[in-house]
Amino acid sequence: MIQAMSMRASVMRAILMLMLAMPLLSACGFNTIPTREEQAKAAWSEVLNQYQRRADLIPNLVETVKGYAAHEREVLEGVVEARAKATQIQVDASLLENPEAFKTFMESQSQLSGALSRLLAIAENYPDLKASQNFLALQAQLEGTENRIAVARRDYIEAVRLYNTSLKTLPSMLWAKFWFTDAEPLPTFTIAEENQSAPTVDFGSGG
Amino acid sequence: MLTVCTQLSMGWKQYLRLLTLALAVLCVTGIAGFAQELPALTGRVVDNAGLLDAATETRLTARLQAFEQRASDQIVVATIPSLDGGAIEPFANRLFRSWELGHTGEDNGVLLLVVPDDRKMRIEVGYGLEGTLTDLHSKLIIENTMVPAFRRGAFAEGIEKAVDDIIMVLEGNGAELEARAKRVAEEQSEPVWPLVLFIAVWATLFFGGMGLALLAPIFGRKIGPGRYQWLGMEIDTNPKPQRRRGAGSRGGFAGGDGWSSGGGFSGGGGSSGGGGASGSW
Repeated sequence: MIQAMSMRASVMRAILMLMLAMPLLSACGFNTIPTREEQAKAAWSEVLNQYQRRADLIPNLVETVKGYAAHEREVLEGVVEARAKATQIQVDASLLENPEAFKTFMESQSQLSGALSRLLAIAENYPDLKASQNFLALQAQLEGTENRIAVARRDYIEAVRLYNTSLKTLPSMLWAKFWFTDAEPLPTFTIAEENQSAPTVDFGSGG
Repeated sequence: MLTVCTQLSMGWKQYLRLLTLALAVLCVTGIAGFAQELPALTGRVVDNAGLLDAATETRLTARLQAFEQRASDQIVVATIPSLDGGAIEPFANRLFRSWELGHTGEDNGVLLLVVPDDRKMRIEVGYGLEGTLTDLHSKLIIENTMVPAFRRGAFAEGIEKAVDDIIMVLEGNGAELEARAKRVAEEQSEPVWPLVLFIAVWATLFFGGMGLALLAPIFGRKIGPGRYQWLGMEIDTNPKPQRRRGAGSRGGFAGGDGWSSGGGFSGGGGSSGGGGASGSW
């Protein structure tokens, strides 16, 4: 009799312990994977937003520089071409599922960064251009946009890290195996692309 | 059999306690290690580089506080001796986000950061103010107001004038400013009804036992000395310690999240996306 009672008490204790531990174990529950995927997609939209913002600033910039340094045709055309290539690619969230298209897109954007920095380096040689209000405004906006791109990329990398981790680490991995079987890890940026856009200022050609 | 069972269960409980303690220690040290680099938000003016004298600091704090009360925008001035060679843009963004300047949803915060050893400064603007205090505005304030003053060594004057300029720009868009202030005020005065519900449930659990003991004699049907039947329950109000069924409870627990005690300045939960401008002198 006493044995039965104490066994029931220890079973009760076990159940109580389990109930206390459950919230901790299910911290990565059913909702984690879809939530994180949506967060990563939203972060990606923000990155695309900022890239688009930069692309929108460029025509104005090219016109302003043309007004003072029209004979720098090579550099100016380089920027225009790079922008056309970058905006040609159809950008939306589906870019994340197509690794080839993703890579092409990131390459075109880093080439545009390179062309832009060449243009801004050239502009250093034209004091009139540097002093013009228009150019100052555009330069401020461009710097701000580049910074926003950097911040958006950092946020995206973090969001993707969390999502990819939740697909691989234990509690949420089980949810992925049984319910979210088509959840793929999302692509992230590699450092190599940031290094690719180092500007090469060509002092040799005088235009 | 019985003794073995008791010994095992006691060991198991102790192990669980130890595990919880270990986890708690890990959590605390983990968090502390991560936050070491960023200075603490000690007020609206965080002068770690010692550029401002006490009078200027007081004046600035008062001005910034008055502005926040009027417009709900949070402007904070911070000076840090050195960045140890790091770039100012990522640091300013991290600092802004860790301090959570500006109100949640509105993201109306501004951080004015000066790093004298590196001779750099940055104005970091929250998402919500990017339309009014544009990158160009920030750049102009830095180049026209701060750089000349800093080159002369007049840091306090430069910072104070820059703050005045920022306020002027934000006030310049008066209609938007008023709309923003109204939105934040409405958000804050709205009764958070989940909170009300939570308090109601907690009060029922906490005071339920006492309530039953007090009200049962009034409303219930007496079925014995000190025993009443009310709402389908047998309520025993005798002073003998007994296990009560029903609404017995051992005190409530109050979960407090998002309650900041009054006094002291803290960020309102806003964030920044990297807007603003940097400069150097």
